[in-house]
Amino acid sequence: MVKNIKAEVKNLTFSYDKASTGRPVLNSVSLPVHEKSVTALIGPSGCGKTTLLRCFNRMHDLYGSVKYEGKIILQPSGFDILSNEVDPLEVRMKVGMVFQKPNPFPKTIYENVAYGLKIRGIKKKSYIDDKVEDSLKKAGLWKEVSDRLKASASALSGGQQQRLCIARALATEPELLLLDEPTSALDPISTAHIEELVGELKKTVTILMVTHNLHQAGRASDFTAFMYLGDLIEFGESSQVFTNPKEEKTENYITGRFG
Amino acid sequence: MVDQSQARLMKQIKFLKAQDVVFWFVGLFVLAGAFLILFALIYDMAQTGIPRINQEFFFNFPSRFAGKAGIYAAWVGSLCVVLVTALLAIPLGVATGVYLEEYAPKGWFSRLIELNILNLAGVPSIIYGIMALSLFVYQFGLKQSILTAGMTLGLLILPIIIVTTREAIRTIPNHIREASYALGATKWQTVSSHIIPYSFGGIMTGVVIALSRAIGETAPLLTVGAVAFIAFLPTAPVMATAPYVSAQWLMDPYTVMPIQMFNWISRPQEEFHVNAAAAGIVLLSMTLVLNALAIFIRYRFRKKYKW
Ligand SMILES: Nc1ncnc2c1ncn2[C@@H]1O[C@H](COP(=O)(O)OP(=O)(O)OP(=O)(O)O)[C@@H](O)[C@H]1O
Ligand SMILES: [Mg+2]
Repeated sequence: MVKNIKAEVKNLTFSYDKASTGRPVLNSVSLPVHEKSVTALIGPSGCGKTTLLRCFNRMHDLYGSVKYEGKIILQPSGFDILSNEVDPLEVRMKVGMVFQKPNPFPKTIYENVAYGLKIRGIKKKSYIDDKVEDSLKKAGLWKEVSDRLKASASALSGGQQQRLCIARALATEPELLLLDEPTSALDPISTAHIEELVGELKKTVTILMVTHNLHQAGRASDFTAFMYLGDLIEFGESSQVFTNPKEEKTENYITGRFG
Repeated sequence: MVDQSQARLMKQIKFLKAQDVVFWFVGLFVLAGAFLILFALIYDMAQTGIPRINQEFFFNFPSRFAGKAGIYAAWVGSLCVVLVTALLAIPLGVATGVYLEEYAPKGWFSRLIELNILNLAGVPSIIYGIMALSLFVYQFGLKQSILTAGMTLGLLILPIIIVTTREAIRTIPNHIREASYALGATKWQTVSSHIIPYSFGGIMTGVVIALSRAIGETAPLLTVGAVAFIAFLPTAPVMATAPYVSAQWLMDPYTVMPIQMFNWISRPQEEFHVNAAAAGIVLLSMTLVLNALAIFIRYRFRKKYKW
């Protein structure tokens, strides 16, 4: 599989505490994210998957003094997400995110999807309408909600809410879509729905996804990165990582010997 | 090893149930006592005061003759003062609450401010009166005006509004904020389209309760010079000739309901005490209406959001 690189993590070292001199939470991680494909981040709890994911949209900056070292380069522009000169707002305009727990705004379905456009100053009603429909279709939710766009998003089921959150992130056409365990709060049927959706979405968007579910990583991803205690242990095509891991730690993890 | 025998278990359950019953009775007794005392007070006042309440009572100015005296100046004064209080305290209090929750970096400094605000909420109201007397009346030269009174009460209820605003905001789960920021929203966009709308019910509840407290305050207004005997209304804010609007009313002398009451109750004649009771009923109704409004708002908004 030959794909262009969409984003590249270069020697990323990260600590939650600026003053900390101890072991960083991410330890010189380097990782390519291939365009229009799904890259899965796996590893035991607490190894830093969420932390790495949230570096991609500078989410950590919301909570005060954290320390980034290294780079995350967005291609083809060469834009460094972690640079001090870059405004986190600009990063978040380019990189979308879907969270572990579905978190729709307690507003209407329409308003949820339109929100990203609204904050970008887009006012043209016909454009927003089209975009809302388009995003809901891409998220596989249009059929279920097309007749009740003005209904509250809180009335949707958990799985529908999560697809709404995906539609909300898609509406702004992100260059990169981050998913943090998007199915861990959902039932098996909704999970299957989302997995299917991820397979569909990768035709147009680049996806980086944290998952705890190894089957999910195996099924839904093209590339897999295995992390352990803040180190990136192994990265490769999912077929290779799952059938023929190079590292012993990876093998132990995917065969269920720890984690 | 725990003794698991059936007999022992039953005994334990019986004991716990008896404990429940005892506490149930104690609670009921205390509650009933409180209600009884409150009811007796209101009943006593209502019995004396209600027969005195008629249209003239609402639209007469105070008088030397108890039978002719009314609360016109007092309720208009109360409304004017509360209006000024609301206009000052709501924007300032809500903005401060939002700032402290959403903008201020969390650290020792914001904790210090938080502690101070909590302390301010507990300062006796007369202290506010004394401070306002030296600051607003003498330093700023605002005299014994509606503006002074509104500012004094505004200061008094500011901590309440700040604290309730913060509490209302804290009920919004963090993942809602993150959803907004992740889409690229600025702080202000997040605050204006999420934080304030979702906490609006809680904020308004606090505001209304604070205003109902302001309406009943007496002590600080006595110190900043509310006048007890006022036989005219404040200047009208609108008029028929240019410049049509006037802010003169802000600088007019005034009286308010509780001070009118206080004035009547301190007279020796029995008839004035009847007036005081009647004014008390009106004042009580005003605060009850406000509290009912607060409950209504809270009820409406609580059902609206479930996280
Ligand atoms: N806000 C924070 N402040 C300080 N330390 C944190 C914070 N969040 C996470 N950590 C620490 O960083 C390490 C990595 O956490 P992270 O949440 O990235 O793990 P994870 O791989 O996503 O785990 P899980 O699979 O359980 O979600 C953990 O040791 C955790 O204790
Ligand atoms: Mg995680």
